[in-house]
Amino acid sequence: MTQKSQSVKQFSTSGFLKSLKRYIKDNLGILCALIAMILILYIHPTTHNTFLTKNNIFNVLRQSTPNLLLACGMTMVIILGGIDLSVGSIIAMSGCLGAGAVVWGGMPEIVGILVAIFSGLAFGLCNGFIIAITKIPPFIVTLASMNVAKGIAYVFSGGKPIRCMTEPWKFLGAGYVRFSESFQIPVPVVTMFVIFLVSVLFLNRTRIGRHIYAVGGNDTAARFSGISTAKVKFVVYSFSGLMAGLAGITIASRLYSGTCTSGDGAEMDAIAAVVVGGTSMAGGSGRLGGTLIGVLIIGILNNGLNLLGINSDWQYIIKGLVILLAVYVDFLRSTKKK
Amino acid sequence: MSEYLLEMQGISKVFPGVQALSKVDFQLRAGEIHALLGENGAGKSTLIKVLGGIYRPEEGEIRINGQQVSITDVNSARANGISIIHQELVLVPHMTVAENIFLGQEPTTRFGVNHGKMARDAQRMLDRFELGIEAESRVVDLSIAQQQMVEIVKAISFNCRILVMDEPTSSISDREVAALFEIMRNLAARGVGIIYISHKMSELYEVCDRVTVLRDGLFIGTREVVPGNRDELISMMVGRELSKYYVRDYCESQEVVLRCEKLDDGNRKHKRVHEVSFEVRRGEIVGFAGLVGAGRSEAMQCLFGITPGSTGDVYIEGKKVRIRNAVDAMGYGIAMVPENRKLQALYHVQNVRFNSTIEVLEKFINKLRVDHQLEASITQESIDKMRTKTPSQEQVISNLSGGNQQKVVIGRWLATTPKVLIMDEPTRGVDVGAKAEIYEIMNNLTKQGVSIIMISSELPEIINMSDRVYVMCEGRITGCIPHQELSQERIMHLATLEMTGGQAV
Repeated sequence: MTQKSQSVKQFSTSGFLKSLKRYIKDNLGILCALIAMILILYIHPTTHNTFLTKNNIFNVLRQSTPNLLLACGMTMVIILGGIDLSVGSIIAMSGCLGAGAVVWGGMPEIVGILVAIFSGLAFGLCNGFIIAITKIPPFIVTLASMNVAKGIAYVFSGGKPIRCMTEPWKFLGAGYVRFSESFQIPVPVVTMFVIFLVSVLFLNRTRIGRHIYAVGGNDTAARFSGISTAKVKFVVYSFSGLMAGLAGITIASRLYSGTCTSGDGAEMDAIAAVVVGGTSMAGGSGRLGGTLIGVLIIGILNNGLNLLGINSDWQYIIKGLVILLAVYVDFLRSTKKK
Repeated sequence: MSEYLLEMQGISKVFPGVQALSKVDFQLRAGEIHALLGENGAGKSTLIKVLGGIYRPEEGEIRINGQQVSITDVNSARANGISIIHQELVLVPHMTVAENIFLGQEPTTRFGVNHGKMARDAQRMLDRFELGIEAESRVVDLSIAQQQMVEIVKAISFNCRILVMDEPTSSISDREVAALFEIMRNLAARGVGIIYISHKMSELYEVCDRVTVLRDGLFIGTREVVPGNRDELISMMVGRELSKYYVRDYCESQEVVLRCEKLDDGNRKHKRVHEVSFEVRRGEIVGFAGLVGAGRSEAMQCLFGITPGSTGDVYIEGKKVRIRNAVDAMGYGIAMVPENRKLQALYHVQNVRFNSTIEVLEKFINKLRVDHQLEASITQESIDKMRTKTPSQEQVISNLSGGNQQKVVIGRWLATTPKVLIMDEPTRGVDVGAKAEIYEIMNNLTKQGVSIIMISSELPEIINMSDRVYVMCEGRITGCIPHQELSQERIMHLATLEMTGGQAV
C-alpha cells in the first residue's frame, strides 16, 4: 500500500528538478562519458586554450546540427522498430536540387530552400507509404531509396558542386541570429534547438508519440489496441525524410554549394548517436534526451580529435571504438538493473 | 539400487531479495509421469533450472539411482541423462528436422557432416514413435505440435533417463495434446521418468501418476493422482480453501445489447468464418466453445473490425452500426482482450503504466499537454480494480507473472468503459489463484451491466461461467445452449458436428 501512495505522490510533486534528476539517472553512463571527454579536452595542453571558447562551442554545435536533425528522425524510426538508411543520400539530393533551383532555375533563394526541404519530405513520404502499405522490411525500402536519392543527386548535378554564394542562401547554414551587439548565435544552433524541442513535444506529448512506442513495442498488439499502424509508420518516415531535407539545405548553405558527395555516411552517424543515446535497435523504447547526448558525444569527438591534430584516418578507428565502448557501458548498466 | 530414479533433497536457492526455493524435496521414480504443480512464482522453474544445471543451489543434494551427483552446468546435466524441453521452442526454423535433432552432435566422416547417416538415424527415431514426420522436411513447414514432437525426439536422442516438460500443451490443440500424451506414456513405459509442468488440472488427471505441489518456494506435498482430490490439490497450491472457485450470478435480462448477423471474413484462402450470427444480452456472459481452429477468435476479430474485407451486420442496442476498424469498435463500447497475450496484447519493454493506458490516451494527452497525475490515477484505478500485484507502476510488464500481466491487459480494456467485453481465452497461462480472481471480476462486471463474450477452450470454465454458450465448428455456429442444459457431452457433440458429416443429429 505504501508503494502505491508513493508513486502517486511522486507525480503530484513533479517538477523541473524531478525530471532533471530522472534524466541524469537514465543517462548516467553516457553523461559521464560526455563529461569525461570535455574534461580531457579542457585539461589537455594542446586544447586547453581552444576547446572551451565560445567560438569553438558554437563550432561544435553548428557541426552537430545536421546529425541532430537526422538523429531526431532516426530516434523515432528506431523506436518504431525500423531503420532509415536513405537520410544521408537525401542530404546530397536536397542540397543539389535546392542549389540548382536557385543557380540554374533563377528562382529566389527561399524557393530553393523550400525545394530542398520538400524533396526530402517527398522521399520520406514515399518511404513511409511503401513501408506502411507493403510488408517489405524498412531496411530494404530505405536501402533502395538511398540509391535512388544518391542517383538523383549525381544525375542532376552532373557530379560537380553547384555553387551558390548569395547572402540569403548562406543564412541558414552560415548566418547568425543577432541578439545584441556582442551576442549572436549561429542560425544552425537555433535550428537545432527548435527542431529538438519540436521533436520532444511530438514524441512525448502527443498521442501519436505514444503510438510510436506501441507500434515499435508490439505491432500486432497495437492493431488490437485500435492504433493505425500504417498511419504511424507513414508519419514517422515522413518526418525522418523532412529532417534529412532540412539537414541537406543546412549543409548546402554552409558549404555555399549543393554537392552530390555531402552527407556520405551521415545515416551511420545518426544511427550511432541514437544507439549511443540508449535507444534499443529492437524498438519500443528510447528517449530523445539520450540521443541529444549521443549527438554531442560524436560532435565533440570529431571536434576534439581535429583540435588534437589527429589524422582523419585514425579518427575513424577511435570513433568506432568509442561508440562500441559507450554502448557496452550502457549495456552493462541496464543488465545490472535487472 | 534406490527406489527412486531421481532424488532432490533439501534444495535451496536464493536470489537477491527472494528465497526462490527453500529446502525443497522431490522424488521421481523410473517410468512415472510426475506433475509439478504450483502458481506462477512458486519455484517450479527454479527447481527445474537447478536440475538442468542452469542455476546452482545454495543447499541440498541431487541423487540419481541413489548416487550423489553434482550438476554444474548444462553439459553435466546431459551427461547424467537429464533433458529439458522448455516452454518456448528452441528449434532452428530453417534447418531440417534431422539437422535440428543432431544439432551440436552431428555424426561426421573425414569430410565433414555425414548427412546420409544423420537423416537415416533421425528417421529411425521419428518412426519409433510413429510420428509421420519426414526427417528431411524443414522445421518451419511443421505445425507447432509437430515441432514439439521433434523437440522431444531431440531431447531423447541421447541417452535420456529424466525428461522435463515445461507447459508443453500451452499452444497446441486438443487432438495434438492426445498424441503428445500417447508419446509420454510410451516413453514412461520404457522406463524414462517424466517431470511434467502444466497449469491445466484436467491434463494432470489424464496423464500423471503423482504430483508434487510447491508454493512460494516451499515444498507443500507429494500426492498420488487419484480422482476426487482435485480440490485438495488446488487448495494446496493456493494455500487457502477454495470455497467457491467459479463465482456466477446468472443474468435475467432479456435486453439485447449486441446483435451480429452473418459475420463473414470474406473471400480468402483459409476461410474461417461462415456467416456467423449471434446476440448478446445486457449483463450476460456468452460463452463461445469449440475446438481450436473453429473460427471463434476469427469471428470476434471480424466483429472488432480488425479483419480486412470482413462483412456482416452489427446492431448495438438495436441500432445498426458500421465498424471498419478497432477505433470504431471501441467507439461503440466494444473492447477485446485478445487470445495470445504475448503476441497480441503486451508491450513487453514498457512498464505497467504504459500498458494500462495505451487505449485511453485521449483522456490525459491533449494539445501538447500530458496530465501525468491523471495517467497515474487511471493506472492505479486499474491496478486496484483488478487487484494486480506489481511493485510499482514503473515495473516493466514482462517482469510480472502471467496472471498479473493478464490483469493489466483486462484492466486496460476496462478503462475504456466497454458495454461489451470480448475475452478470448481470458485465463490462458494464468495460475489458479489469479483465475479465481478473474472469474470474480467477470461476475462483478456483469452485475454492473457489462456484457461479456468469452471464448474458451477449457470446458469447465465455459460450463460454470456462461449464461449461454454458442458452439462453433469449422467456421459455423452449430448450436446455442442455455446454462441450465450445459454439459461437456453436448458441447463436444456440437463442436464436432460438421466433422461427422452432420449425421450425429
